[in-house]
Amino acid sequence: MGPVLAVLEMNANQLTDASQELVTKAKSLADELGTTAMAVAFGDEIGDAIRTLDVGKVVVIGGPAVTSYASLVYEEALEKVLAELAPALVLLANSTMGMDLGAALAARTGKPMLAYATALAVDDSKQLVATSQVYGGKLLAEVQLPTEGTIVTVIPGSWPASGTSGTPQLEDITAEMVPGVEVVRVMEEDSGADVDITRAEILVSVGRGIQDPENLELAEELAQAIGGAVSCSRPVVDAGWLSRSHQVGKSGKTVKPKLYLALGISGAPEHLQGMKDAELIVAVNSDGKAPIFDVAHFGGTADILDLMPALTERLQGRGQ
Amino acid sequence: MKIAVLIKDVPDLVEELELTEEGRLAVDDMSFVPSEWDDQALEEALILKEGDAGSTVTAVAIDTGDVDNMLFTALAKGADRGVKLVGDFNREMSNRARAEVLAHYCHTEGFDLILTGVQAIDDLDGQIAGLVAGRLGAAHASVVRDVALGSTSVTCIQEYSGGKMAELRLTVPAVLGIQAAQKTPRYVTVSKVRQMQKSASLEEIEGESSEAPALEIRRLYPPVASSHAEMWGDDVEELADRIVNLLEEKKLLRS
Repeated sequence: MGPVLAVLEMNANQLTDASQELVTKAKSLADELGTTAMAVAFGDEIGDAIRTLDVGKVVVIGGPAVTSYASLVYEEALEKVLAELAPALVLLANSTMGMDLGAALAARTGKPMLAYATALAVDDSKQLVATSQVYGGKLLAEVQLPTEGTIVTVIPGSWPASGTSGTPQLEDITAEMVPGVEVVRVMEEDSGADVDITRAEILVSVGRGIQDPENLELAEELAQAIGGAVSCSRPVVDAGWLSRSHQVGKSGKTVKPKLYLALGISGAPEHLQGMKDAELIVAVNSDGKAPIFDVAHFGGTADILDLMPALTERLQGRGQ
Repeated sequence: MKIAVLIKDVPDLVEELELTEEGRLAVDDMSFVPSEWDDQALEEALILKEGDAGSTVTAVAIDTGDVDNMLFTALAKGADRGVKLVGDFNREMSNRARAEVLAHYCHTEGFDLILTGVQAIDDLDGQIAGLVAGRLGAAHASVVRDVALGSTSVTCIQEYSGGKMAELRLTVPAVLGIQAAQKTPRYVTVSKVRQMQKSASLEEIEGESSEAPALEIRRLYPPVASSHAEMWGDDVEELADRIVNLLEEKKLLRS
């Protein structure tokens, strides 16, 4: 059987949390399947981050072509690595890069693919079985995976990273330039942000349930009364009601406040990814079956447009 | 530019998702709605067309059931063509199988730019943008917004986690998985869609399918949450009192 291969992502030459989780899983699955764990990473100055990974081998793809992430360069280089290593399983994070590369590599190589995995295990009959989160987190799919190069994208945070270390063999290769996708510039979130939601101890976070941008005032008044900041889920940003600096979730910020007050947020998997580790979560949503209640500690099903002023009034009353 | 938007419908999550005894979705009993991200892709395409007189927008759907209304809605919103790829397809068609049909059609038509939703709630075996791009060997990017047309290229913003992003320039033909359109998707009234059904027609084109890798799904099941919130009901006044008491107990109130 071929190796279990983790495709790693770096951020400022450091391994992302999601990548560390992939390495942990690659190692444990490889042990169970009786094969080797390997990893592949991109960049010229990543030696410190990968030298002690607990895998048998790390393929380091470097050169000027990989300075910034561009789908075609990365997938062409990866396709060659896959052809050489013939892995049993390829793990990627279900990130932007993973969504680009996972699907495209599967299509290019004709291998099966599974997206949104939250668990991977070897069952009693030695079959590799994955669990994936589909239909907005309302259903899980249990899927049997062939160990002949199946590509899996994993939702970050699905299991903890072990942090064990090893002494992998390192192989350096140079990526070729591939025309088609050019990175014009890389940007950070606009610095015009009025508040850093990752530093707030209390977040009043609003979702679709806010219904109208005029109702944001209610959230702002509540945030002020409670001594917190306003954050939101993706639909509020997409509607243009709040700037991206307020967004919690997969494509926004990951937050761990002392209190996360989720108002009118249903709890799509992409949102939960960014806030599930908050110390205390109180959710209010008209749909009592919303997935947000699976991560919240306390919940209610009142109309948030009535609740926000009621809370504000009580909190203001206390300060006087 | 010749722009295609690949759209599909998905189970309406507002309703309960019923399962069969075999652990499959009871698709016959469900209502379907256009995938929300495909709706964003359509809106972005229409905005691009409005800014470039020479561009056309073709809405493309595979006939896996009742997709006519979705395509007529796209026409009513401003798409130039509504294409229904017909064949022996059904609601349980995998994304890999869909990607084969869509890639074949897009290749035949020679679209410059192909937009689709960044993901859909049911794409267990891969997202359409990457799958179609991989089959076409085209430049591609997922999780993008703010698309702008050049003469032989397009630019867009690709988002990464933690608020990082990059401006990309892709040579056409290019495939983009749209996260969000520049504006909230437009709304058309039911009567306008009905008018369109009377005055316009959909192009029915035979979809070419080819073998695609399949996954063996053992079962679908609702997650058993390892925990659930302690629920405090729907009374506003009581809820507000309990939340304030909780904050006091946890010492989260400003003194």
